[in-house]
Formats: sequence, structure tokens, C-alpha cells
Amino acid sequence: MSLSKIKHIVLVLSGKGGVGKSSVTTQLALSLSLAGHSVGVLDVDLTGPSIPRMFAIEDAKVTQAPGGWLPITVHEADPSDGIGSLRVMSLGFLLPRRGDAVVWRGPKKTAMVRQFLSDVFWDELDYLLIDTPPGTSDEHISLAETLLQRARPEQFAGAVVVTTPQAVATADVRKELNFCSKTGIQVLGVVENMSGFVCPNCSECTNIFMNGGGEVMANDFGVPFLGRVPIDPQFLVLIEAGTRPTYPVGTEVNGRDISTPIATVKSQDDTPDTAPLVQKYRDCSLAPIFHTITADVIIAADIANQK
Amino acid sequence: MAPSLEAPETVEDVLANPLKQKPQLVAPEPEHCPGPDSEQAGVADSCAGCPNQKICASAPKGPDPDVPLITARLASVKHKILVLSGKGGVGKSTVTCQLARAFATNPDITVGVMDTDICGPSIPKMLGVESETIHISSAGWSPAWAMDNLAVMSIQFMLPNRDDAIIWRGPKKNGLIKQFLKDVEWGDLDFLLVDTPPGTSDEHLSVNTFLKESGIEGAVIVTTPQEVSLLDVRKEIDFCRKADIRVLGLIENMSLFVCPKCTHASEIFRATTGGGRALAQEMGIPFLGSVPLDPRIGMSCDYGESFFDSFPDSPACKALKSVVRTLADQIGLDPNEIMPADES
Repeated sequence: MSLSKIKHIVLVLSGKGGVGKSSVTTQLALSLSLAGHSVGVLDVDLTGPSIPRMFAIEDAKVTQAPGGWLPITVHEADPSDGIGSLRVMSLGFLLPRRGDAVVWRGPKKTAMVRQFLSDVFWDELDYLLIDTPPGTSDEHISLAETLLQRARPEQFAGAVVVTTPQAVATADVRKELNFCSKTGIQVLGVVENMSGFVCPNCSECTNIFMNGGGEVMANDFGVPFLGRVPIDPQFLVLIEAGTRPTYPVGTEVNGRDISTPIATVKSQDDTPDTAPLVQKYRDCSLAPIFHTITADVIIAADIANQK
Repeated sequence: MAPSLEAPETVEDVLANPLKQKPQLVAPEPEHCPGPDSEQAGVADSCAGCPNQKICASAPKGPDPDVPLITARLASVKHKILVLSGKGGVGKSTVTCQLARAFATNPDITVGVMDTDICGPSIPKMLGVESETIHISSAGWSPAWAMDNLAVMSIQFMLPNRDDAIIWRGPKKNGLIKQFLKDVEWGDLDFLLVDTPPGTSDEHLSVNTFLKESGIEGAVIVTTPQEVSLLDVRKEIDFCRKADIRVLGLIENMSLFVCPKCTHASEIFRATTGGGRALAQEMGIPFLGSVPLDPRIGMSCDYGESFFDSFPDSPACKALKSVVRTLADQIGLDPNEIMPADES
């Protein structure tokens, strides 16, 4: 069983699409890696895999080895810098062309999810993050079934649930929380994503998708609230173009000044920055927020796995 | 052997395989099952030794007997339009509601909205009919009416508790969608808008199979400008091509955000690869327009109010109106009849 050497398994769930499950998974993975843990990311969104794009490894191809499929390495561990290794597996790697539609009905998706859980050769990992498609259907039922059956209880920590603040989104995510309680998946916490947008011109924070809905929902269901994550266009640019994030003077996120020193801005010019994603992510305004969220997830996962 | 990835089931095969009454299986489908409804059922190599083999082999393999019933039921609906997107949260439901409301501003037009997103139905909330329930009469199920000329059908109306999770696998979802098409008494409709969940899976295949005979006008595809979203939307357009669904056009949602304080326009979801317009050009489909990100759209959706009524002068409203006019033009209707141009 390929999961046997993994210490903690964490699902990233949301009933609603486009709330940032993949972004949150990516950032959790980067933060865990920055904290020195070895991390694996498994993308089971079969009809819309976004994880390969997030890590800019769309062209990678998966290879077979005697132990199973080998995941793609985003970066190796760097003990001198305190960075853990990061590996990724996604259906996206198995598609011949990236624009191709994967039109699969339920039973086929179920089989694929099972295979992803059993046939990927992860080797030793501290954390395996599983990014899921929206909803509470085939993929989720199969994941829950397979993990509850095959993973040891001290391995399968639970789920991080992602939402955006507006009522239309939380209405769907409430269903996901009910799904977790029905299937016996422990909720490690709720992340409220896209909570406010700081104008890059005047630093005014606008709550595009309202504010606070995630926290209210977490309280209603008696699950931990992990934090609010604002929209940062610089993070998107980092993902899409690989540009190191820079911020104008006076930018504050959650009361913390994160503006880039002018000297650094000037020295960057247009030369493409070849540093690994994880290094550039350190400069992103969201990194400190995810540092806190990740610390909470680590504690919650430890407690859950000790039970 | 596990399902091979190198040679995935071709989309054409999946599409050509109509949905039928599922045979009563005596054991769960094995992993390599060709599908109890497929032509191969009971005779494929992997069927040897399966306890279901006989049942599958003898199951009827003709066209679905319910399809003519659906065709008869929907004969009084003039235009059936799907709203699709490969990506979640790009605003399919928002666009569906705004289109429905826009069509419904003309009192002579009757609009129906069918929500096929079973696991995350948003339409009832956005149209302000969340607390409605379904009435069943001899003629069929009556939809809920959000306005005098705007009918809505969603699974949300059937839930005893609004937060209940629907934990259903594919076949059960297909059954409900069929029922929505077969048993709902829509009456005479000018437009039936079908809102779908993200992806290209059971719901999309079912809607397409069931509606094929009664004729789908086409699909409106929604995207946001960033490449992560375009990537999934490309797959959806590929699906439409293969399934023979006409693409009426692409709408780019959440394109620009104008700061309410300094009116600085930011590209929150930065279009590093040209956004929706470039994708439409690349794929050779019409581009219906960009709708800016306006927090008030989200707010009116949360409260189930009409954005058109509440903020008629906002740029987002004007953009939506122009999208509706272009769409009407694509369907071959007179834009002025659907959405009169602003007098200005």
C-alpha cells in the first residue's frame, strides 16, 4: 500500500467551486515545505485538474516504476534552508493534450480515485494533501470510503474546508460540513478565502465577496476557524508568470507592513527570476497568513491522529 | 489491470452510449466494468466471472424509452440553453440568474431555470425562492415562481433541511435530472436555461443525452480571465465540440475590479494569456462580452434580489445588458425585443 509511509493525510474540501481549493492546497503545501516537512500533493479533480498549473509543471510526464507511478518532484529537500521536499501527482499529467476534455461517468472516476490512492509511489512523506473537486459526489464518496478503510486512523487526519465569505458560497459549504460529519471525516478547520481585496493603488480594502461568512459558519458548526485570506493579485502573478511578488510602500495586510523595500524592487529589472517557487512564495503577502494557518493545521492534525 | 490512462475511453463512446434504465445488479460494479448500460455489458473480457454478467447481458440495449416523453414534455419550450463552465465558482449560476432576469424584464417572455447542480444548488438562493417547496399535481411537478414569468426548479426545494448534504453517486444524479425534465410541468416557455455543475461528467452527459432529441439551442460558456480557469474551460469547449453542442458564446466574468475609493481598475484575476476574448478567438467561438467584478452583484445574489432593478446604472449592469443583446443575436432573435437598448 503506497500510503503506508505517510504520516498525515489531509483533505482539502469545499462544496463550492472556484473558492480556491487548489490555491489553498498549493499554499498549504508551500508553507509546510517551508516549515521543513516533506509534502505530497494529490489532485483528484479529474475533470478540471489545476494543480499542475499552480506549480508550473504542466509539461511534466509521470513515469512508471516498480513501486508504482512516480510523482513529479517540484523541489527536493534543502535541509540547509529548512525546506522539505514537495511532490505532486495529478490526472493532468496523464492527459495527452492539455485542452482535452475528460468525460468520465461516476464509476470510472471512482476506479481512478482508488487507483490514485493505491498506485502512486509516495515513499516517505510527512503530509499528503489531497485536493478535491467541488461537491459531495463520486470522488468524495470514494475518497472517504477508501481512506477510512485503508489508511490507519493515526494517518488520516481530516479535512481543511475552504469557503469564500458570501452567503451563496457558504450555503454550499455547509453541505460539505454535513458531508464530513455524516462520513466521519474530522474537520481540522475552515479557511475563509478571498476575504477582502486590497487596492494596489490606494491600499483601500474592499470586501468584494463580503466578509466574515466563513467564521460565522465555522461557529455554527462548532469547528475551528483557521483564518481569513485576502485576495492578492500578486500571488496569481507569481503562479501564472513566476514573478516574485512586490508591493508598493504602505501596503498592510492584517496590520502587518509587507511593502517591498525600494532597493529590491529596482534590482529586479526584467530578468526572469529562476528561484524555485517556494523561495519566491516567501515574499508573498499571503505567506505569513498561511504560516499561521499551517501551524494550526499541524497541531490539529497531530491531535486528530493521536486519538 | 486498472483502467488504462494511455487509452482513455473516447468521449465519442461515452456520448454515444445513451442512458437507460439501469439493470438491477446483484453485486456492486467491479472496477473494470464496461458499464452495465454499455454495448459491451456482459460480453466484455472483464465481465467473465462477474456475478452481474447475465443480468447485464440480457438488459435491454435500445434507446431510452423516456427520451420521447421528455421530448413531448419540452415541446412547448422554444429555446433551451445550457450554461456551462469547466471551472467552478466562475459565476455560472450568477450568469444564469442574470440572463433569466434580463429575459424576464420583458413581460411577454416566460423563462424557466433548471438547476442541475445537485451537490451545490445556488439558483434558489440567488433568485430569492430558497424556502419554496415543490407541489405535485396530476400534470406533474410544479416549478417555483420567482417572478410572474420566471419559473425555477432545483433540488434545493426537495430538501427538508437547507444545509443537508446530497451525497449521491452519478447514476442517482442522472435519475433526478431525468425526472426534472420528464415530470416538471414547465408549460409554455420562451427560454429554458439549464445551470450545470462544474466539470464534464454525469450531469452534463445526461442533460445532453436527454435533450438531444428535443433540440438544444446551444451552450453559453462562462469563464474568469486567468489561465487557471481558461484551462478548464478549454476542456469544456472540447466537450461541446465532441458532443455536438453549439457554443453560443463565451462570457468573461469578474474581468476588472474598480476600487470604490480611488476608481483604480485592478485585474484581480489577471489575464496573463489574453483572457476570454483571446480564448474565444483561439477556439473560433463568439465572444459575448466581459462583465466587471462588482461586489454589488454578489450582494444582490446573496439577498436574492434583481441586480437589474437595484443598480440599473452600474457599469456591470450595462455590460450584462450588452451580453444579453449579443446572445439574443446569436440565437437569431431581435435584440431589441429581448432587451431594449438603453436610451442614451
